[in-house]
Amino acid sequence: MLHIEELRVRVGGKEILKNVNMEIPEGETHILFGPNGSGKTSLMMTLMGFSGYEVTHGKIIFKGEDITYMPIHERALLGIGVSFQRPPTINGLKTRALVEICNKDQSADVEELAEQLNFSDFLDRDVNHNFSGGEIKRSELLQLLAQQPDLVLLDEPESGVDLESIVLVGDTINSLLHKGTKYPRGDISHKADQTKSALVITHTGHILNYITADRGQVLYDGVLCCSRNAREILKWIREYGYEECVRCSN
Amino acid sequence: MFELENARDVNFEDYETHAESHEYVSELSRVDSADAEQLLNVGVDTEAKGRAGTFIQKDQSVIHCKTCQDGIEMMGISQAAQEYGWLKDYMWKNVSPDTDKFTSRARENPHEGYFIRSLPGVKSAHPVQSCLYIAKDGFSQHVHNIVIAEEDSDLHIITGCATAPHLVSGMHIGVSEFYVKKGARLTFTMIHDWGENVNVRPRTVTRVEEGGMIISNYISLKPVGSLQMFPTTNLVGKDAIARFNSVLVAGKGSCLDVGSRVVLSAPGTRAEIISRGITSGGTIIARGDLIGKVPGVKAHLECKGLILNDGLMRAIPELSGHVPGVEMSHEAAVGKIDQREIEYLMARGLDEDEAVSTIVRGFLNVDIEGLPANLKEKLDKAVSETQKDMM
Repeated sequence: MLHIEELRVRVGGKEILKNVNMEIPEGETHILFGPNGSGKTSLMMTLMGFSGYEVTHGKIIFKGEDITYMPIHERALLGIGVSFQRPPTINGLKTRALVEICNKDQSADVEELAEQLNFSDFLDRDVNHNFSGGEIKRSELLQLLAQQPDLVLLDEPESGVDLESIVLVGDTINSLLHKGTKYPRGDISHKADQTKSALVITHTGHILNYITADRGQVLYDGVLCCSRNAREILKWIREYGYEECVRCSN
Repeated sequence: MFELENARDVNFEDYETHAESHEYVSELSRVDSADAEQLLNVGVDTEAKGRAGTFIQKDQSVIHCKTCQDGIEMMGISQAAQEYGWLKDYMWKNVSPDTDKFTSRARENPHEGYFIRSLPGVKSAHPVQSCLYIAKDGFSQHVHNIVIAEEDSDLHIITGCATAPHLVSGMHIGVSEFYVKKGARLTFTMIHDWGENVNVRPRTVTRVEEGGMIISNYISLKPVGSLQMFPTTNLVGKDAIARFNSVLVAGKGSCLDVGSRVVLSAPGTRAEIISRGITSGGTIIARGDLIGKVPGVKAHLECKGLILNDGLMRAIPELSGHVPGVEMSHEAAVGKIDQREIEYLMARGLDEDEAVSTIVRGFLNVDIEGLPANLKEKLDKAVSETQKDMM
């Protein structure tokens, strides 16, 4: 599904990603760990094609197509969807209108999806205007549910979300990864049904209690330094910290 | 682009103060079709659907005036002055004829204007509509309007101002004196569609008594030569409220100097001014002035401007607190569209132009209170067309 080859990226003249190689096959969920400033969000923004993230070397292949220099909207239409950690407020644009924009083929029932996310009351509010951390997450996931991308990029889906809402966020991510079917609450055993791929950035690893990951990777100082079972990596990081993780992989 | 000082200065000698009379039209359906289309663009419906009354003035002639709700009065100002001797207690009381050269000119060369009044306790079921229309090229139209919302009444006025399609130049001076009595509510929505070479100088002062409320919406999306107005509202009664919304678009050659001033001089009074402006080659000066004179008043001013392509956008918010205990705030922001917003929408599948259009439409989409659904629909369409023109 996604193949990243020798990717080097500069932001504001400084090299942030240094020779990143990554492979996410169809139907797999990969978790990206890394300390603050390691380049996790930069990788996500680069995959989506945002300005300010200058690819100086390497390429990004999605569904067999080289998208390294493709405009953002073409990547979205090709099937990449992203959930932002701090999306901008858009005054005057109602959330409902934005979800309708995401629902290009009009196959989704926006009201029903919003209800599923306990988000119906927010549809008539301006996009992200005075939303709390948890509301932002639900708004982002609602847009992705309507968009139905084949590759989902999730930036810190659990940050700012209270313990009660994180279950809902986890359920929704599962639903998103299974062609939009409502996934049974708390049941993460139907991994075989997953057809969509995901790259999930996480700091705390809490989200691993709600979704099943196929693989974990550690990004440290712009370099991918470890790739193995996500829970093992998390355990390792919790016990020994990132530096030990890097040392071990070397 | 207009130089600001030049825009303010108008040479009266460039205009005529006399126009031939136009015939009275008893049925709205008989209004000239070209005129009717212009009227429709500014929210005046010649089928009068969902309207409690209609007043139309063409140049200096009142060509139609009819109300269909008891307790709502509409007529030309000269007729009202004849019928109601007490009207002298309202004329030139809020606005002094010596305010500036435009008010003096309106006093010296009056060309009608409307008188609209809701009787005590009467709630208008639908808005009344009025239109001030310039058909004669080079005409300088001077109207004097009086609106009175008597005690505990509820009055909604939609005023559209427009010019004939062929008009090359013109001038409009409108002196308006609004009186909102105790417990009354006045919603005043004004939509302008003057011509590219028309200079417009409205002069409006409103007085709001105890528990009264004025909601004023102003929309100018189409090109105008120059427009300068700074309506003042005096909240003189306890708990009186003023809310002002304005949506301004200045294309190339247009110069808009538009603001609102609210004087809060009684306890518990509240005011809110919200202004949205987009310039695409034109000039917008968005002013807001809140003056708190007694403790316990609350007021907020919000002024946001977008510059597309080029142009000048100047926001001038002013707050004056004369005593301790006033609570007044403002926020003003001027700039171009945030690239992050554009890219956020692109990540949802819109191309760059579509993303910019969506943001512009949203920016202009101020939730205007009390707007009839059909007019809201028309305005949404006009906003869409406007943003296309600007791109």
